[in-house]
Amino acid sequence: MITFRLEPREHTPLWLNALLPLAAVLATLIICSGLIKLAGASVISAYVIMFKSALFTKFDFAETLVKATPLVLTGLAVVVAFRAKFWNIGAEGQLLAGAMAAAYLGALKGVPAWSLIPLMIVGGAVAGAIWAAIPAILKTRYKVDDVVTTLLLNFVIDYGMMALLNGPWKDPLSGYPDSPDILPAAQFPILLKHTRLHLGVLVAAVATFIIWFLIRRTTLGFSITAVGENPKASSFAGMSVSKIIFLAAAISGALAGLAGVGEVGGIQFQVMQGISPGYGYTGIIIAMLARLNPLGVIPAAFFFAVVITGAEAMSRATGVPVFLADVIQGTALVTMLVALMFNQYRVKFKKVRHE
Amino acid sequence: MSEILSQIFQIGFFAALIRIATPLIFGTIGEMYAERAGVLNLGIEGMMMLTAMAGFSTTYFTHNLWLGVLAAMATGVLAGLLMGLLTVSLGLSQHVSGIGITLLCSGLSFFFYRLIFGQPASLPKIKPFHTVAIPVLSKIPIIGPIVFNQFALVYIALIFVPVSAWLLYSTPWGLNLRTVGENPKAAYSAGVSVSAYRYQGLIIAGALSGLAGAFLAMAQYNAYTFGVVSGRGWVCIALIVFGQWDPYKSAAGAFLFAFIDALQLRLQASGVIHVPYQVFLMMPFVFTIVGMALVSRNARVPAALLKPFRKEER
Repeated sequence: MITFRLEPREHTPLWLNALLPLAAVLATLIICSGLIKLAGASVISAYVIMFKSALFTKFDFAETLVKATPLVLTGLAVVVAFRAKFWNIGAEGQLLAGAMAAAYLGALKGVPAWSLIPLMIVGGAVAGAIWAAIPAILKTRYKVDDVVTTLLLNFVIDYGMMALLNGPWKDPLSGYPDSPDILPAAQFPILLKHTRLHLGVLVAAVATFIIWFLIRRTTLGFSITAVGENPKASSFAGMSVSKIIFLAAAISGALAGLAGVGEVGGIQFQVMQGISPGYGYTGIIIAMLARLNPLGVIPAAFFFAVVITGAEAMSRATGVPVFLADVIQGTALVTMLVALMFNQYRVKFKKVRHE
Repeated sequence: MSEILSQIFQIGFFAALIRIATPLIFGTIGEMYAERAGVLNLGIEGMMMLTAMAGFSTTYFTHNLWLGVLAAMATGVLAGLLMGLLTVSLGLSQHVSGIGITLLCSGLSFFFYRLIFGQPASLPKIKPFHTVAIPVLSKIPIIGPIVFNQFALVYIALIFVPVSAWLLYSTPWGLNLRTVGENPKAAYSAGVSVSAYRYQGLIIAGALSGLAGAFLAMAQYNAYTFGVVSGRGWVCIALIVFGQWDPYKSAAGAFLFAFIDALQLRLQASGVIHVPYQVFLMMPFVFTIVGMALVSRNARVPAALLKPFRKEER
């Protein structure tokens, strides 16, 4: 019989750092090919259609970037929070908070037209930050588990939004539960003609740089990481652990809120049910694949944008349920976790003889 | 006002309350075994979704309700074993592993449901569980129709609470399980296999999440929908904190949640308060958060919860 044991690694070779997410993605695609076979389709053609349809034409590529935009922002949101070991599973709800604020501010009459977009961006970020501040305060003041509160608050704001859409925001003409359209001046400018590539893409890119700078180059960034790694030592070193957790949560919520702003300002121009098909949860997977590195969020978000947009074309062409995209996401998180273990430990196999 | 109150608090209200509490009791008590052994199982939400799908589909094709329940439990056990592989054998982050299991299981439940049933014009349905009146006891005024005219799974859930308390506090197995969750080093030194007990905790958690999922899709409703669980798994995690990792207190928490849920359903139906019904749906979640805020400061968390145990790192 062969058994294995895990030995801690002294340090991680550089090549392993880059290779792990790739290995995890590859393993995921191999595992999920079993489901494609089960659905009676050809594995190769299903994956080829999935990736080709998301990347091949200028329009498709732009659509994939549009899809990647909220994912970059929720991914960054989770990176900041998880670095401080603030388990923010609530990016989904914070995104909705940002979307609602943007829909409200974007429809404001009587303010200068040029101020609408900046108002939406700031307002959406603040709304997301406030929604994330609630579980942060509950955690630091009342020691309430952040995982549970952030998760439950997703449901609270989702029902809250639906109540708004079925109440004050209900369309008076059609009776549909979707909010009034934002003003034309509040719609995000399109960056590339004949596509939906909007200002939000730029917002996500700038946010990535800012968060990278924050984490790598500022005292606050170092403190966030330090608090996450060793709260006791940080507190001995004179940091206010509660304050830093609070700030990390607020920054995290603001980023998720921005994801909602982009969806309202650039795509939907209103709020309605299903405005986020789980972007907040996908953000967790992206952050883990990026190994909590802000720059790594971009390729990871792009990959999942490809999977999500490509899955629809793949489903239409092959009949494999579109929910393969969800299974790929869940599997990727699990395989990445396993891959990360190889980062910290080396596996030693040894033979055990039975007496 | 008194008219509204008498309209709400009828026998039907309390019978509904017990039904609403049942999946929460299964989920909470199951999760308690895992957490008492030191593993936070955030996979519970997805496990309930997947087991509901597995149980429903099995019954749909075999027309056998109990076979569906068994299939749901088996599915839950498999998911629990996967959680064990990640968190116990490999010692990975329990938070992220649990979220991974939930995302994976919910994705699988959507995928297989679509694969099996396609996109039919009308929702596939089964003949769900009937209530079983217990002879004599169901004839007791008021209490009889509320407690003793329920689904068989309700009785099983109610019996599970004292049985779990007995297992946990009065048997050597329970003592070992609790020691593994409080002080795994001590347990290991005493010759108790930490990983075996943690796996057992997760297997029970998986099987009971299966009972919860089966109850939702096969007793409370007669169909599987993507929103069949809608946060109940997360509520179970909250109820354990609220119930201080104790079977009786956790069950009491489940009844409290069910009370608010049943109340909001009645208020919705009564039409006395004119607000969109989603405001009512929000209530139980808000109350859960407030409830956790009230008790968490004094919470006595199992000391080794979230901490992986590696023999070689003693």
